[in-house]
Amino acid sequence: MEDKNLKIKTEILDKEGIDRALTRIAHEIIEKNKGAKNVVIIGIRHRGDILAKKVAEKIFQIEKTRVPVGALDITFYRDDYDIKNKLEVTQTDLPFAIDGREVVLMDDVLFTGRTARAAMDALIDYGRPKSIQLAVLIDRGHRELPIQANYIGKNVPTSIKEEIILKLEQSEEKVLIAEITDNKGKGE
Amino acid sequence: MPLKHLLGLEEVSKEDILTILNLAKSFKEVMLRPVKKVPTLRGKTVVNMFFEPSTRTRTSFEIAAKRLSADVLNLAISTSSVVKGETLLDTVQTIEAMQIDMVVIRHGVSGVPLMLSKKIKSSVINAGDGMHEHPTQGLLDMFTIMDKKGKIEGLDVAVIGDITHSRVARSNIWGLTKLGAKVRVIGPPTLIPKEVEKLGVEVYYDLKEGIKDMDVINILRIQLERQKKNLFPTTREYAMLFGLNTTKLKYAKPDCMVMHPGPMNRGLEISPNVADGTQSVINEQVTNGVAVRMAVLYLLAGGKKDEIID
Repeated sequence: MEDKNLKIKTEILDKEGIDRALTRIAHEIIEKNKGAKNVVIIGIRHRGDILAKKVAEKIFQIEKTRVPVGALDITFYRDDYDIKNKLEVTQTDLPFAIDGREVVLMDDVLFTGRTARAAMDALIDYGRPKSIQLAVLIDRGHRELPIQANYIGKNVPTSIKEEIILKLEQSEEKVLIAEITDNKGKGE
Repeated sequence: MPLKHLLGLEEVSKEDILTILNLAKSFKEVMLRPVKKVPTLRGKTVVNMFFEPSTRTRTSFEIAAKRLSADVLNLAISTSSVVKGETLLDTVQTIEAMQIDMVVIRHGVSGVPLMLSKKIKSSVINAGDGMHEHPTQGLLDMFTIMDKKGKIEGLDVAVIGDITHSRVARSNIWGLTKLGAKVRVIGPPTLIPKEVEKLGVEVYYDLKEGIKDMDVINILRIQLERQKKNLFPTTREYAMLFGLNTTKLKYAKPDCMVMHPGPMNRGLEISPNVADGTQSVINEQVTNGVAVRMAVLYLLAGGKKDEIID
């Protein structure tokens, strides 16, 4: 997995583009939930949690409501444990009860839908939310499960041989599309 | 992680120990949830084979496996075909033919888990073998220290009691020294093995002198069932010289934590006031034991079998 060669093809979003997409998602979350009072945002590690914080900040700017932000590690719920030998496990951090709340699950890229499936299973072990909604920065298609997002930053039709690269560092924020040149590489 | 079996901490690298301890943190979080269960080991079968009496280790492994959604089989040795004279290997191979994935074994003879690991396909976890090792106890002790003190490197740790007969002491010594703790053993000369210094520990025969300025004290159980050779005159004398009470504990650092692997002989190696006192972490050790065993089961069960190099 680590050895595949990636050739950068195009930049899909720059810093401003990411910012605008997250602002729109924040507005849509407020609109759908008629405010943000009962909303909590839970990011899927890694990266979903970074985006979740950014969206919560946008919601605060718009609504002056602080929505609780959590982070979810879904490693124990994945369906590929038998195949992948090394999975990095981090901790779930949900410092609030999710019962009766409108939970927005935030992830970076929606691809096969398996991560979202695992995240929903994980969430339900923590309680009974009023609803679970899915927000993603990029939807790249190729679903293997009947799952779709409520909020999408950008739709990017991709080939299975391509990969989405997301940089979320302070110094560099952008989304790139790259081609996997090593023919051993397979979409994960 | 290339581990297939967990036989002792002697063979496990520092990096792998840290991986297990780190992973155990995630599993401890699972245990604090309303639903204390994750689906990770769905479809795997774990067999507990305990040839010696045990409450906490066996139940701890059982709960750990169940919270990972594995199926658990507890083999009751006294009602099994072992009493009809079947050899250990035949018993295990019979059970393995039922397509199991992991064997957790405790046995009174050192080396039995190692022997099994060479003969069977399943992963073998040593839950205590004779006077050799009890690796998951060593790991949970280290996890508890890490949890309380935030680190292990540079800490002063004293292990008190029957070092000779203690597998807990050996696993503690291997693990703690690998992680950079300074370990000393304290006990009467008859209960300290010859040349134990070669494992990188200091030896003290006087309790007060030995526990001076310690960060951690790990008290071993006096194993009355292994005490047929009269290695100390009376239990009363042992309690006076090596039993830890509140007066003697004052010689250690004020924030020194007190551990005991259980089951305790109250009034012998540990006084009730120390066992139930504010410095005791004995109950937390039990909680942490489940998290650590979940981490071990998780790591050993992962990945495709044929990809693992053992």
